[in-house]
Amino acid sequence: MEIFKIQFSAADLKVIAPELVLTIFALFVLILSVFVRRQSRGPLGYTALVGVVIAFFSLFLGIGKEIKAFNGMVTMDPFCLFFKVMFLIVAFLTILASLGYTKREGIDLGEYYVLVLFATVGMMLMASGVNLLIIFLGLEVMSISIYVLAGIMRDDTRSVEAAFKYFLLGAFASAFLLYGIALTYASTGTLDLAGIGEVLTRQAWISSLPIVIIGLALLIIGFGFKIALVPFHMWTPDVYEGAPTSITAFMATGVKAAGFAAFVRVFFYALPNLQAYWTQIMWILAVATMTVGNIIALSQTNIKRMLAYSSIAHAGYIMVAFVAGNELGKSSILFYLLAYVFMNIGAFTVVILLGKKGEENTQLADYAGVGFKHPLLAASMSIFMLSLAGVPPMAGFMAKFYVFSAAVKARYYWLAVIGVLNSAVAAYYYLRVLIYMYFREPERELAVGAFSPSAVLAVIISVWGVLQIGILPSTFLALAQRSVQFLL
Amino acid sequence: MGSLFHWIVFILTALTAIFAAVMVITRRNPIHSALFLVLNFLCIAVLYLLLNSQFIAIIQVMIYAGAIMMLVIFVIMLLSVEEERRTYKVRLSPAKVIGLVVALILFAELVYGIALRVLPGVKGEFTPEKIAQMGDIKAVASLLFTRFLFPFEVASILLLVGIIGAVILSKKER
Repeated sequence: MEIFKIQFSAADLKVIAPELVLTIFALFVLILSVFVRRQSRGPLGYTALVGVVIAFFSLFLGIGKEIKAFNGMVTMDPFCLFFKVMFLIVAFLTILASLGYTKREGIDLGEYYVLVLFATVGMMLMASGVNLLIIFLGLEVMSISIYVLAGIMRDDTRSVEAAFKYFLLGAFASAFLLYGIALTYASTGTLDLAGIGEVLTRQAWISSLPIVIIGLALLIIGFGFKIALVPFHMWTPDVYEGAPTSITAFMATGVKAAGFAAFVRVFFYALPNLQAYWTQIMWILAVATMTVGNIIALSQTNIKRMLAYSSIAHAGYIMVAFVAGNELGKSSILFYLLAYVFMNIGAFTVVILLGKKGEENTQLADYAGVGFKHPLLAASMSIFMLSLAGVPPMAGFMAKFYVFSAAVKARYYWLAVIGVLNSAVAAYYYLRVLIYMYFREPERELAVGAFSPSAVLAVIISVWGVLQIGILPSTFLALAQRSVQFLL
Repeated sequence: MGSLFHWIVFILTALTAIFAAVMVITRRNPIHSALFLVLNFLCIAVLYLLLNSQFIAIIQVMIYAGAIMMLVIFVIMLLSVEEERRTYKVRLSPAKVIGLVVALILFAELVYGIALRVLPGVKGEFTPEKIAQMGDIKAVASLLFTRFLFPFEVASILLLVGIIGAVILSKKER
């Protein structure tokens, strides 16, 4: 009789070092939160912050050759390295923005930071998993943390509604994803991404079976929900509006980037043989997502809702690069997501800073006259809005430029034209924020609480990120290109 | 011989499972729905048995039909069910019609893709003979703790996150 042994080496642990560090810190904060008094919960957030920084340095342990760990479950390649750094930046900025905000809103619980750290672990697993099982588990760890975080303001009915809506629809979308995974497994006999790609190449007749195509469609639905593609976007505005603003920033950037990481990995790594099928679907999804997101954003008067629709539209632009599918297309997905992280977290942090307990001040009219009352904050908000609109020399411009040139290179001229027209439409609602800030008289006195220094730091870092990526894009594009090389 | 018996059992349990599932979503009394859900879970356990997965079948009965359903029934009894029953009315809205059409299309696609075509079917290393020789629980454990050790550990984080979430959302004072 054979004897089975649990086998893994230290090299395996090095590959998942950042996940391990974050998990340990999450557990540490969880235990610590039991012992600190109500009034002195401040250090909990800082402990989580330290965890994120240490996790960043622990990334260096795993760098080296392309290795797979734990029987080919996770990998440490340039692609997931890029995304892991991005998730750590997202977690760092989110926690910075949260430190003052959670205290103000009375949600400065240890569990808040614990769940942020666990959600980051889930995102990292989605980027580094090379097995559909790990990708699914990572997605669930991330999603369940976010469902709870969205509803953590229990006394606010909108927050509870957001959590409930997101949870029900998210569970439904997970079922679609799982069904897609099951059908893929049924037809190829493996969950390993490289293995699926191999089976579909070796036995080409399998890839034309209807079961594979249905599995493909279900996978698109599952991922499309997480990255809020039209028509799977219905939850986005309500959830983004109701959730605590810091969590909205986390969702709009981290969850979206993680969704795209897994989406790109699965489709370009395991299913390139089906590219002819999925480009057609994605083409329609890209056009619908850009157009619907931008047109509905035009009529929004609440800035959180407006940014929610804008995030839908941005997912559409990234899908243009996805459809293009060439080398520039793949690297511009990564580049776009990095630029989007800085501009979006920055914008949401400004929204956080302009509110106070009981008064979120999220109506556009509340922003009237901010330009003269808080000139530096308004200047930062202008930079983020211009970047989201895609005005040079901001990061958003370069990101859009690469995406559309990838589409042109791949001969998707119409897609590029529709994308450019869409960004022209989008400029209207981004610039409207600027007009309110600088050219409108305030109708009432805007009551703003004391600025939290850490949130101000988050805004400064975001401004730096947006300008750095926008003015010197070549370094970041080279990084992105190196990260996707193995996918070619 | 064995295969004919299998077929009869399969058809009967599958039809009962579908019937129970339909009853779950059409009953007005939540307790009736819950009981039909138990029936559905039991039928699924039989389907697992037909697939030579005795261990999964037992777990299905113990955890889903036993523990989880107990919880569901407790929650239904804690909440006031009567009120819910009185205000419940069936209305036919456009969304429901569209939903029904889309669901039917999806169902037709699945039937076409799965039932009407020959599936490639991949033979795994754990054949029924091998499982009969080494035992079902051992086969599951040997995979779970070696090849699938990492997903197993990740699942533990998933459970922890679920517990933290349940506590933080329902704790009285925080």
